[in-house]
Amino acid sequence: MATVQDIEIRDSAARTAAAVEALEDIQGEKMVLNMGPSHPATHGVLRIVLELDGELVTKAEPDVGFLHRGDEKIAENMTYTQFIPYTDRLDYLAPLANNVAYALAVEKLLGIHDKLPPRCQYIRVMCAELARISSHLLGLGAFAMDMGAVTVFLLTFTEREKIYNLCESLTGARFTTSYTRIGGVSRDLPPGWADQCRKFLKEVIVNINESETLLTRNRIWVDRIRDLAVISKQDAIDYGLSGPNLRGSGVEYDLQKNQPYLCYKDLDFDIAVGATGDCYDRYLVRMEEMRQSVRIVHQCLEKIPGGADNKTKEPINVDDGKIVLPSKQKVLSSMEELIHQFMLVTEGVNCPPGETYFGHENPKGELGFYIHSKGGGVPYRMKIRSPSFVNLSIIPKIFPGCMLSDTVAILGSLDFVMGECDR
Amino acid sequence: MLNLDSANQLKAKFGDLISETVEFRGEVTVKIADAEQIAEVCEFAKTKLGFNYLADISSIDNYGEDPRWTVVYHLRAIGNGSEIRLKTDVNEEKSELPTLLGVWATANWHEREIYDMMGIRFHGHPDLRRILMWEGYPYFPLRKDFPLAGKPTNVPDVAFTKVTPLEGGPFVTLPSSGDAVSREPRVRTPEE
Repeated sequence: MATVQDIEIRDSAARTAAAVEALEDIQGEKMVLNMGPSHPATHGVLRIVLELDGELVTKAEPDVGFLHRGDEKIAENMTYTQFIPYTDRLDYLAPLANNVAYALAVEKLLGIHDKLPPRCQYIRVMCAELARISSHLLGLGAFAMDMGAVTVFLLTFTEREKIYNLCESLTGARFTTSYTRIGGVSRDLPPGWADQCRKFLKEVIVNINESETLLTRNRIWVDRIRDLAVISKQDAIDYGLSGPNLRGSGVEYDLQKNQPYLCYKDLDFDIAVGATGDCYDRYLVRMEEMRQSVRIVHQCLEKIPGGADNKTKEPINVDDGKIVLPSKQKVLSSMEELIHQFMLVTEGVNCPPGETYFGHENPKGELGFYIHSKGGGVPYRMKIRSPSFVNLSIIPKIFPGCMLSDTVAILGSLDFVMGECDR
Repeated sequence: MLNLDSANQLKAKFGDLISETVEFRGEVTVKIADAEQIAEVCEFAKTKLGFNYLADISSIDNYGEDPRWTVVYHLRAIGNGSEIRLKTDVNEEKSELPTLLGVWATANWHEREIYDMMGIRFHGHPDLRRILMWEGYPYFPLRKDFPLAGKPTNVPDVAFTKVTPLEGGPFVTLPSSGDAVSREPRVRTPEE
């Protein structure tokens, strides 16, 4: 006669809890594990000193600064325009968004940030949104790869390559774009760019859908990151998180909506907000943000004043010879423009004394520039509020209690970049 | 208008402690006369005026002036979107003010960064260590009297720094026949 035997299979979360309970009686020795600065999952040069009790993390101490270049010091010693290339190297996964953020910050000091020509505003919004898609694609790809899903990484990198091609034809550089200027952008959309961009937007949606089918309902993916490193709404605000990490915790705050700049007021888009604030929510928020970005770029391509090839000759720079460089032909033929060119190149854009802070909704969060000016073409002090720096400061709070292998997932879900964190 | 209202409420509550209110490009800056009371002002702003989000803390070196340091706080109310900037001066002999760690947890790293870069200390901060530079680095690099080219240091087995060649760099310089380090605008002593 056959006998029936019960076999107890407990889920992994319960196993962890049971293991912790069992451990309480055994006073084991704690181990200190050094993770990074050169570790594939720390996406750059983040070092974390972990204190482990078996496989459980009991304490985590992040150590940043390995990529510190003194950008704030450098900014004090050059004109506003000269600093633009340095902004490429802050969040080097979204240089276009940094360019836009910096230009807007200086323009706010000049008092022209809401008087930019409409065409310039639309071009800048498209830049910022393409940068967002690019950054989130990389963040997602690297996150998935760290979890063992290498396919997603290959898929997202195919799309990123197309964004780089778009950047190349728009700005002349694939990576270090330096596209914006104080008061405008360096060049107009090249012929055929709009069509190339539309083609890309169609393809990227297919790709996002494909990545989503690979992950969103994948049992392994969901089990590993759901309910992991939950950040409550209160903690998210208290720790100053911003961007998808703040919204993943259920705080409906997006600078594009709450403090609209450029032409975001005229565009139709939604903010993605998470419910519980775990890694899975942060992943979902980023997925949705990519779709919203695609939506925004589509609208910009439709609405851009002058159309794709600018038949009506809409300006892309503010009409002020003291802010924007004149055309080369005018420099060579007219005295006034020659003087303007000379002053702008040698002295820089003459900013009024005063102080402004401008926060831009970057892919990683709020990239803010606080500029303290005493007049003239050089800032007296410029503070860069980098989202990654602030987002990483929550690590000592959320790491303890998770397993060692979960740390990789949490880092992936926080999506930081060290170039910006360390400045 | 919302921003000015908040400034007025602060003025009504703290009176003479709020020494000046400036509006520039729609941003309101409020100066706190006594740095020792910054934590109380922030606590009030957070609990009573709804400024629940500390966006940033930065510091300014007013080299050659007294008081030398200015610490700048950017407060934001996520609920209604109003923003306010609080400033407070600290003199060089003291170089110390209370921490805001009890009000916002995010102040932790911001204050460590200011200590690291400017050398301003925050009393009450439980873990005031260097954050971007390494432990044992002897200077405060964002001070105006620290040269752009850097200073040589050597902490054996940890790290070292050398003076950087600046010739040909994109930096603003003063007209002079000296070398790049002495043509840097900031090397001027205040009397000149």
